[in-house]
Amino acid sequence: MLSPINVSMESLNLITLAPMLIPVVGALLILIIDIIKVGLHKSLYVVLSLLFLAMDFIAVVDSSGVFIANGTTFGLFDVMLIDGLAILAEFIIVGASMLFIPLAMTHKRFHEFSYPEFFALFLFMIAGFQFMVATDNLILIFVGLETSSLALYTLIAMHNRDKSFEAAVKYFTMGALAAGFFSFGAMVFYMLTGSIEINKIALVLAANGYADMGFVLIGVTFFLAAFGFKLSLIPFHTWAPDVYEGSSASMAGYMSIVPKIAAFVVAMRFFEFLVHSGNAWLDIVLYIVVVVTMTASNMWALVQTDVKRMLAYSSISHAGFVMAAILIGTTQANTALFLYWILFSFTNLGSFSMLWMSRQKHLPDYQSSDHSYNKFAGMIKTAPIASVIVGLFMLSLAGLPPFALFWGKLYMISSAVAGGYTVLALIMALNSAIAGYYYLKLIIYMFMKEPLQGSDSCAYATNITLALKTIVGIAAIGTIFAFVAINPLLEFITAFVHNSGY
Amino acid sequence: MLDHILSILIFFPAIAAVFGFMIQKDSIRAYGISVATIEFGLSLWLWFTFDGNVSGMQFMENLPLVPSFGVNYILGVDGISLFIIVLAAFFTMIGIASLTETPNEKNMIITILFLQMTMAGVFAALDAIVFYVFWELSLVPMLYIIGAWGGPLRIYASIKFFLYTFAGSLVMLVGMLFMAYFFYQATGTWSFALLDWYRLILPETLQLWLFAAFFIGFAIKVPMFPFHTWLPYAHGQAPTIGSVILAAILLKMGTYAFIRFSLPLFPDASAAFMVPIAVITIIMIIYTAMIAYAQKDVKQVVAYSSISHMGVIILGTFALNVEGITGSIFLMIAHGVVSGALFLLVGVIYDRRHTKLMSEFGGLAHIMPRYATIFGIMLMASVGMPLTINFVGEFLSLLGFYQQSHILTLLAGTAIIVGAIYMLSAYKKMFFGDVTKEENKNLPDINKRELVALIPLSVIAIWLGIYPKPILEPINNSVEAVVRLMHNKAQSELAKERIPNLVKERASVIKKTVIEEEVH
Repeated sequence: MLSPINVSMESLNLITLAPMLIPVVGALLILIIDIIKVGLHKSLYVVLSLLFLAMDFIAVVDSSGVFIANGTTFGLFDVMLIDGLAILAEFIIVGASMLFIPLAMTHKRFHEFSYPEFFALFLFMIAGFQFMVATDNLILIFVGLETSSLALYTLIAMHNRDKSFEAAVKYFTMGALAAGFFSFGAMVFYMLTGSIEINKIALVLAANGYADMGFVLIGVTFFLAAFGFKLSLIPFHTWAPDVYEGSSASMAGYMSIVPKIAAFVVAMRFFEFLVHSGNAWLDIVLYIVVVVTMTASNMWALVQTDVKRMLAYSSISHAGFVMAAILIGTTQANTALFLYWILFSFTNLGSFSMLWMSRQKHLPDYQSSDHSYNKFAGMIKTAPIASVIVGLFMLSLAGLPPFALFWGKLYMISSAVAGGYTVLALIMALNSAIAGYYYLKLIIYMFMKEPLQGSDSCAYATNITLALKTIVGIAAIGTIFAFVAINPLLEFITAFVHNSGY
Repeated sequence: MLDHILSILIFFPAIAAVFGFMIQKDSIRAYGISVATIEFGLSLWLWFTFDGNVSGMQFMENLPLVPSFGVNYILGVDGISLFIIVLAAFFTMIGIASLTETPNEKNMIITILFLQMTMAGVFAALDAIVFYVFWELSLVPMLYIIGAWGGPLRIYASIKFFLYTFAGSLVMLVGMLFMAYFFYQATGTWSFALLDWYRLILPETLQLWLFAAFFIGFAIKVPMFPFHTWLPYAHGQAPTIGSVILAAILLKMGTYAFIRFSLPLFPDASAAFMVPIAVITIIMIIYTAMIAYAQKDVKQVVAYSSISHMGVIILGTFALNVEGITGSIFLMIAHGVVSGALFLLVGVIYDRRHTKLMSEFGGLAHIMPRYATIFGIMLMASVGMPLTINFVGEFLSLLGFYQQSHILTLLAGTAIIVGAIYMLSAYKKMFFGDVTKEENKNLPDINKRELVALIPLSVIAIWLGIYPKPILEPINNSVEAVVRLMHNKAQSELAKERIPNLVKERASVIKKTVIEEEVH
C-alpha cells in the first residue's frame, strides 16, 4: 500500500520555478500564435521574445531578493535551488540573450529569423540553461543540458548554409558524446554515494573519506570530458571553430557566452568540493587542461586567416583562462569568473555583432571566406567609426586597460596570486601578451593597410539595421565605461558568491 | 581649479581630441596647436604654483574607483615628475607646430592629443593601476603613429614595439598584483596606492622577485640592453613626430618608473642588483655607442646614441644616492630636449631630400648654415659638452655612481668619448667637405615653422646648461625624500651601506659652514 502523499503548496516553493517557466510560456505562446495565424512578421516574435526575457529578468531579480532575505532556498521537492551562483548565472544568461535577440531584426535574406520556431526554440533553450544552473540534481542538470543543446543544434542548422548543416551535425555528435560521458559520470557517483544531488554526493564522499578513490577518479574523468566538450577545453575543443564558422556570426557570439556560463556554473558546483578535497590528481589534471587550453588555442588563433575563426579560438582561450578560477577555487576566483564573464559577454557579443554587420551577400574574389582579414584592410579610410569600434573591442579582448576585459583579467590574475598559484598567474599574463598579437593583427589590417582594389566601402555595413547599431552601441559603451561599473559589480558578485558558500 | 589641475592636464587634451573629430580637415592644425598651447600653459602654471621647497606630493587628488579592490584614482606631482610633465606638454606643442605636410593630418593630430593624455597620466598617477592604465594606453597612439605614417617596414616595427612593451608590462602587472596582495596580507585591505606601498617593508627574498618582475616591464620600455632591439626599428620607421615624442617622453616612462617604483619599494633589492644593473648599463652605453658609429643612416645614429644615453640615466638612478638620482632625472629632461631636437633636425633634412643616409649629404654647412649651426649646438649638447644641458645631468649621474664604484664609472665615462667620436664623425660626413651631390646644391635653409620648434629647444639646451638651479632644486628636494625613505626602509647591511643616510650628511654640512664662518 502506498501511503498518501501530502504536498503543501508552500513546501513546493514555486517561486524557484518562476524564472524558468516564463520563457517556456513565451515559447508556447509563440507556437500558438503561429498556429492561429501564419506568416506574421518576425518583428512581432522578436519583441515578444524580448518581453518574455524582460519578465524573466525581473523574475530573476525577484529571486535574488529571496536569496538576499533567506539565503540559499530549495524548492519543488528540493530539486530546484536558488543560490548566488544560480542567480548570477541567470542574470548573465537572460541579459546576454536580451542583447542577442534584437540581432534577429535583419534583412530578409537570413530567413531563419522569419520562422517563429526559431524564437520558440530560442526561449526553450534559455529555459534549459536556467534549469541547468538552478539545480543541484544531476538528472535535472542533464535534462536542462539536453533541452538547451538540442534547441541550439537546431538554431545553428536553421542558418541554412552547407557549412551550418555540417556545424550542426558536428555539434550534435560531439554533444551526444558529452551527454554520454555526463550520464556515465553521474552513474558512477550514484553507485558510490546513492545520491544524485551534488551536495549529498560531497557529504557522503567526505564522510567516508574518499575511500573509493579509484571510482571517484573514474567519475571525475567522465565529468571532466563532458564539461570539456561543453566548455570547449582542449583536447575536447575540435568542434568549436567549425561550429562557430558554420553558424551566423551573431549566433557564434552567443554560443561563446551563454552555453559556457551555464556549464561553468555546473562545473563550479561539481569540482568545487573535489578541488578542496585535497585530491592532487584532479588539481594536476585541471592545471594542465587550463594551461594547455589557454596556450594552445592562442597558438592556433595566431595562424588563422579568418577573423571569425580567430575569434573562435580566442573564445576557447578565454574559456581556459576562466577555467583557472575553478582550479583556484577561492571566493575571489569564483567572483572573478562571474565578473570576467559579464565583461566578456559585452565585448565578445559586440565584436561578433560587428562581424555580423559586415556579412556580405556574395564573396568578392579577393576573399577566401566570409570574414577574412584582408576584407578589413584599410577600413579606417572607408568606415572610420565602424573600424574604431572594432578596434576598441579588439583592444578590450586583448586586455588593454581601461577597457572592460582588463578588469576581469586583473581580478582573475589577482585571485591566482592570492590563491598561491604564482606560475599560473605568470602563464595567464604571458598568454594575454600572445593573444595581443592576433587582436592587433586585425587592428593593423584596419588602420594601417591600404584598401584592396575593388573593395567597396559599403561592405562593412551591408547588414546594418537600427537594432544592430543599438546593440553594438550598448556593447561599446559597456566596454569603454566598464571601470565605473566594476565596483558595484564586484561587491554584488562577491556577496552572492560568498553567501552561497563558494 | 588648482585642486584638479592634474586631472585637467590629463583629460583636457583627450576631450579636445574627441571634439577634434568635428573639425574640418584643413583647420585641424590650428586647433591642435591651440589645444597643445593651452595644455603647455596649464603645465607652466602647474610649475609656477608648485612649491619647490616641499619634498612630498603636491596637488594630490583622490577619487575611489574600485574601492573594494583598493583601486583609487590618485594623482600627485613632486619634483621628480613635475618637469617631465612640463616637457611632455612642451613637446606635444612644438611637435604639432612643426608637423610637416602629412596625409591624414587630422587623424595624426587627434592621435597626438590622445598620446598627450596618456603621457600626463603616467607621470601624475600615484596609484599602480592608474599608472598601468596610462602606461598601456600610451602604446595605442604610438602604434598607430608608427604603423600608419611610418616607413616601408612600419608594420613590423609597430607590432614589435607594441608586443615587446605589452609583454613586459604584463609581467609588471603580475608584480603589482603581488605587491597589492602582500599589502593585503599585512594590513587586511587591498590597496594599489603607491604611497601606501611605500610604507610596506618586504623581506629581501620577496623584494628580489618583485624587483625582477617590475624590472622586466621597465627595462623593455627604457629600453635596456638586451631588450633594446625594438627601439631602432621603431625610430627607423616612425615619422619625425613619432620619433621625437618616443625619444623625448615615452622612453622616460621607464626610467621614471624605476625611481618611482623600484627604488623606494625595494631598496634592498635595488642595492643587491646595483652592480649587475650597472654592468648591463655599461654594456649598453658602450655597445650601442659602437653600433651608432657603424650606422650609415643619421636617424639610426641618433637612435642608438639615445639608447646609450638612457644607459647613463639608469646608471645614475642606481647610484642610489642623491647626486646620482638627481642627475639621472635632470638627464632625463636634458636627453628629452636634446634627442627630441636631434630627431626634429633629422626630420628637417629628410623632408627636403627624402633620405637619411649620411653618404647622400656632405658640405651642407655651405648650403644650410642656420641648420648646421643648430645641429651643431644640439650635437655638442648631446655629447655632453660643458655649459650644455646634458653635461649637468651626465656629470651628476657619474658623480653619484663614482661614490659606489670607481672602475665602473670610469668605464661609463669612456662612453662620452665614444659618443663624441660618432657624433662628430656624423657631423663631419654631413656638413663638412665639398658639396658632392647635385641635389644638395639648392636645398632651402630652415624655414620659420621649423625655427619655431628649434630655437626654444636650443635656448633651453644652453640656458639649463649654464643655470640648472631652477630645475635642479625641486628635483633635489624630492630626491632627498626618496633616498631618506629608502635608507629607513633598507634592512640588509649592503643596502644600509650603499644608500646614504642623509640625516648624518646634513649634520656634516652644517658643521662645515660653521667652520667656514669661523675662518672668515
